[in-house]
Amino acid sequence: MTTKDIIKPENLVYGKTKLMTENQMHYCPGCSHGVVHKLIAEVIEEMNIQDKAIGVAPVGCAVFAYNYIDIDWQEAAHGRAPALATAIKRLQPDKYVFTYQGDGDLAAIGTAETIHACNRGENIVIFFINNAIYGMTGGQMAPTTLEGMKTATCPFGRNTELNGYPLKISNLLAELDGTCYVTRQSVQKMASIVRAKKAIRKAFENSIAGKGTSVVEFVSTCNSGWKMSPHDSNKWMEEHMFAKYPLGDLKDTEKVHTEAK
Amino acid sequence: MEDFKLMKGNEAIAHAAVRCGADGYFGYPITPQSEVMETLMELKPWETTGMVVLQAESEVAAINMVYGGAGCGKKVMTSSSSPGMSLKQEGISYIASAELPCLIVNVMRGGPGLGTIQPSQADYFQAVKGGGHGDYRLIVLAPSTVQEMADFVGLGFDLAFKYQNPAMILADGIVGQMMEKVVLPPFKPRRTEEEVRQECPWGTTGKLPNRKRNIITSLALEAEVMENINLKLQAKYREIEKNEVRFEAHQCEDADYVLVAFGSIARICEKAMEMAREEGYKVGVLRPITLFPFPTNPIKELSQKVKGFLTVEMSAGQMVEDVRLTVNGTVPVEFYGRMGGIVPSAEEILAALKEKLIK
Amino acid sequence: MAKFKGAVVVNTERCKGCDLCVQACPSHVLGLADQVNSKGYHYSEMKHEDDCVGCSACGYVCPDACITVYKVKIQ
Repeated sequence: MTTKDIIKPENLVYGKTKLMTENQMHYCPGCSHGVVHKLIAEVIEEMNIQDKAIGVAPVGCAVFAYNYIDIDWQEAAHGRAPALATAIKRLQPDKYVFTYQGDGDLAAIGTAETIHACNRGENIVIFFINNAIYGMTGGQMAPTTLEGMKTATCPFGRNTELNGYPLKISNLLAELDGTCYVTRQSVQKMASIVRAKKAIRKAFENSIAGKGTSVVEFVSTCNSGWKMSPHDSNKWMEEHMFAKYPLGDLKDTEKVHTEAK
Repeated sequence: MEDFKLMKGNEAIAHAAVRCGADGYFGYPITPQSEVMETLMELKPWETTGMVVLQAESEVAAINMVYGGAGCGKKVMTSSSSPGMSLKQEGISYIASAELPCLIVNVMRGGPGLGTIQPSQADYFQAVKGGGHGDYRLIVLAPSTVQEMADFVGLGFDLAFKYQNPAMILADGIVGQMMEKVVLPPFKPRRTEEEVRQECPWGTTGKLPNRKRNIITSLALEAEVMENINLKLQAKYREIEKNEVRFEAHQCEDADYVLVAFGSIARICEKAMEMAREEGYKVGVLRPITLFPFPTNPIKELSQKVKGFLTVEMSAGQMVEDVRLTVNGTVPVEFYGRMGGIVPSAEEILAALKEKLIK
Repeated sequence: MAKFKGAVVVNTERCKGCDLCVQACPSHVLGLADQVNSKGYHYSEMKHEDDCVGCSACGYVCPDACITVYKVKIQ
């Protein structure tokens, strides 16, 4: 059987979801953002909620997220996505409202909005891309930058005396009574991608069930900012990022036990 | 028979918001306007009209909630006072750029800095000239009575939706805190989801199969695109200037001297005008009701026949710059003001008029 | 035991040649082309068609959604 014989619609097992637009993404080759975008789009398609999903894009690399997933979007000011999402959800309770934020947006400039939206238990989903660096502005230090990690604004490595400590903000959010589900995922391997997709779906389901805020952190790579190849970035992430940001559920009010504490 | 109620200006804002069918209020407490949210919380409109009322964690969050709500085509508002308004400026710039309707109330207090909780009008520049970054304008309404506090909520929303532009009620602490009788507007139902979709086809109400996805954004990286957005905004502002000027003139027909003042100070100027007329001086009062658009034509017309203007403000002199630009040197434009929360008296104003203009 | 045979179609214009699919493929089917697309990227392509089992790992890890996978059961 030749390749040509196999390539037929009835044999299709994997393809681009229609919810992803034809716009070519502006992300650097190998960027984790693309995979996460794809998963969110796939879940929205599978749940058949295109007419009910409203995204809030951040300031940062994902500022143009609205160009790639074919749903209604709002573009927030830096860090303010959870405030927009709060109002969108409260004014339209039947919608699936989510924010998509990076580490600078969520854990630095938008810390107050993030914590208070979670603490109010807003029935929204927060997708959090943690790649430990500011990608869009050219690789500066993020609140989640690892100790010793070099960036444009800590060229000799993050020094905790000077710069403080990497912020495990998801752990903090898991402590809040308003969150129902806080999980840390990654998207570098097929198995992890399958798990991450399940987490996305669960978060959306929580939001419409009115259980409170769901936070899905994606420990991610920024190969341009890290100055490595995409493949090396994945390996570096597994070795270094996972040590500080271990994967797993930090909180799931459905389950009593917690993992990855 | 009209149903008069006695209440504070801030309370009137809250009642009017519920009655005009507002969908949401997002605020953060600050003196002297906290009664707006307090009244709303007591009214519990979520149980009657379905209006959402939420105390945010900051003014920054509150204005961004307004941004989110306005992006859905909803009738949303916030209120604050001067230091809080400074915090809201970023959000207001985004809302203006994204061309979203909303209502913002500023009950001004003395500044700069943390300043004082006493009344002031020193946020005129901030409200009328932009306040945040970039070239944008708000539609600015300046109430001088509790009745106008109530009436301008509906008017502000109407103008905001007509032009897809944020509207502001720029009140001073006096109008916010004083009690007067007021006739509240009649109850108007909130729009249904279908009506919102029809009135605001651009809103993020969920992408239906029959339309493209809606995107609310203020971002356009290409210079040409961003210039075109600016040109469109400017054309809209010219249209607002053409159509929406509102002002009130008192005894200006035969006046030799005209006092120009907005908000509660215009009422003190009326008292000064009466005292001046008793002494034989022909004095009138012109009160801009819209600060943007500014009533340039009526002031220009008056400048052809009067001997001079005295602008009176609770500031170091802000609106006086617009009066001077309008009059353009044809007759003297003098200024009298008090700062830091002090309200000028009619006697002071009359004395200033005599000293600076009548001589 | 059932055997599968797969085929991968790459949207070569959308591909940025990040190499993640090449690394993810357990059967070493994929490689980067010698040619470049209009953006100058060495896009991904099947180098060893016969080895593909249609597992879709390449598609899952592709950040740019440019991979389509087909699969058939063979004797």
